[in-house]
Amino acid sequence: MELLVATSLGAIMAAAIYLILRRRTFALILGMTMMTYAINAFLFATGRLVVNLPPILKSHSGIDPADYTDPIPQALVLTAIVIGFGMTAVTVMMALGAFIEGGDDRIDMPPGDRRMPSASDRTEDKDEAP
Amino acid sequence: MTHWLILPVLAPALTGALIVMWMRHDLLLQRVFGIAGSTAILLIALKLNLMAGDGQVHVYRLGNWTAPFGIVLMLDRLSALMLMLTAILAVTAQLYAIGSGWDRKGWHFHALWMFQLMGVNGAFLTGDAFNLFVFFEVLLIASYGLMIHGGGPMRLRAGVQYVAYNLAGSALFLAALGTLYAVTGTLAMADMAARVAAMPADDTALLRVGAVMLLLVFAVKAAIFPLHFWLPSTYANAPGPVAALFAIMSKVGIYAIIRFFTLIFPPDSITGTVATDLILPAALITLTLGQLGVLGTASLTRLAAFAAIASIGTLAISIARFDVPGLTAGLYYMIHSTLISAALFLVVDLIAARRGGDIWLRPRPPIRDIGLVSALFFATAIAMVGLPPLSGFLGKLMILNATAGDGWRVTIWATILITSLIALVGFARAGSLLFWRAHEMEPGPGSDPGDGPRPPRGPIPVKLETDEPIQDVDDSASPALAFVAVGALLAGSVAITLLAGPLTDYLHITALQLTDPQTYIDAVLTGQEGLK
Repeated sequence: MELLVATSLGAIMAAAIYLILRRRTFALILGMTMMTYAINAFLFATGRLVVNLPPILKSHSGIDPADYTDPIPQALVLTAIVIGFGMTAVTVMMALGAFIEGGDDRIDMPPGDRRMPSASDRTEDKDEAP
Repeated sequence: MTHWLILPVLAPALTGALIVMWMRHDLLLQRVFGIAGSTAILLIALKLNLMAGDGQVHVYRLGNWTAPFGIVLMLDRLSALMLMLTAILAVTAQLYAIGSGWDRKGWHFHALWMFQLMGVNGAFLTGDAFNLFVFFEVLLIASYGLMIHGGGPMRLRAGVQYVAYNLAGSALFLAALGTLYAVTGTLAMADMAARVAAMPADDTALLRVGAVMLLLVFAVKAAIFPLHFWLPSTYANAPGPVAALFAIMSKVGIYAIIRFFTLIFPPDSITGTVATDLILPAALITLTLGQLGVLGTASLTRLAAFAAIASIGTLAISIARFDVPGLTAGLYYMIHSTLISAALFLVVDLIAARRGGDIWLRPRPPIRDIGLVSALFFATAIAMVGLPPLSGFLGKLMILNATAGDGWRVTIWATILITSLIALVGFARAGSLLFWRAHEMEPGPGSDPGDGPRPPRGPIPVKLETDEPIQDVDDSASPALAFVAVGALLAGSVAITLLAGPLTDYLHITALQLTDPQTYIDAVLTGQEGLK
């Protein structure tokens, strides 16, 4: 089971990183979502992989570690899911805003962010102005 | 148990919620409550500094639960110092935002400002690693809103980049916490420190992986090479006062590095000097890249952003050894660089607003208030580069002094001194292009007060209109207030120069407290009788 979980997490993570490196907002959001899934599943697995055990102690007397599963990673995953969900919503809204205002869905900044508009650009601006 | 420790988180949370719900459409009320909230945080921070000054580590147990199970807030000298720095920066940058009219160029500025402060304060206070993650997310989600405040295609695109980078950072943070939890079985920082100290020295592979992943996460926040790529576009495109507040955000990363690698993974623990070995070379490269950026950039806002990267590099060099002299010098430089980075972003915004939003380093006709603005730029540049008489000089001198016995001394000294020269040339180039060569240009329309039609300067409506022009000095509410804010930050630099002696003594005992993690651990884990 450890091998199965580890390889599938690795595969999801690889796909997520590939999608993020596409530098397009839609692929980025998909990639981020997949990355969140992979991380959440990983977080879940940090409390030991066991099947069919409740996350509560069955008796107060004598704690048998083979009798329950660690509840803390489950609580952490819940928090992480909520935060990840909110963050995805924010990303979608900002990506939409950037797409509508900027005209394309590229992640990397256009050259105009770094390079000074040259003198010819400025005269063009003047020509276009009414 | 005193309840003061929770107030830096509660006060902005309540004020922010109040502003969102009750005064969404009334900017005047927002301003009053926003400033009141920030001032309240400043007073609380002052009180907490007095509390922490006694040298004890104060613990606040949320819900009164026993320590490794409940979340704790911790107050020691470093936390109190960071809270104070945040509050000072928040008040001044908020005054600037009001004075320059930035807060009326979009919605919810003051509410987001409060939530940002809540996240930053929480990150400085928390004593639980997962809670630190949550506060990081709080401060990030508020910073996303502040970053794109005012809108515009370039700012939104930079915002998306910033969000993407930080989401990846958050994912890495979770992975690191999961790994550390799997190894140590706890997330309370004091408990984790105790367990790491008790672990066998021959089985540290997974622990080291977790520690280095955490280091990477904090390096993303602090913008240390090679994880600094998000910073220039973000800071350069953020609104001026927001970029000024972000000066404390990168320090959150540095704070977290100091906290984790003095408390849980100190250099004499089983993880050894893994953090130092990574931070020191990276910091040297960060510093060099930052100062080269100052020299090479074509844009004024990027100049400020690269100067911020360089100051982070200098700071990281100083703290990299996690020893008392390095931490003392680093903390002094941290106070200085936070104040001066913020002042630089505000001065740059003053200039840009007076150039009609032209941020490029090219000569333009003389701007309004050129004498005062250029004097402020000059003073800020002197402090940033590290020339006497302002605090940058003392800070760099202390760092050089602290690294005098270091094995890397030659490299460190050469890098700091040579890059300072590069930055000096960069700032001189920018200043002469902006201010001196301006006098060679023929005055354009609107640059002279008696020349051409002026926009009406009647009383400015305080209701929000979101389609107003951005970056125009004519819609600033009170230019004088903006100057006061910049002046206050520079006065802070003068103050820490004049009071360098007592301040360094205090920072020395702060560093001593940091290098004694046992006090911190005992404060949390002992004396818990009578709790749930």
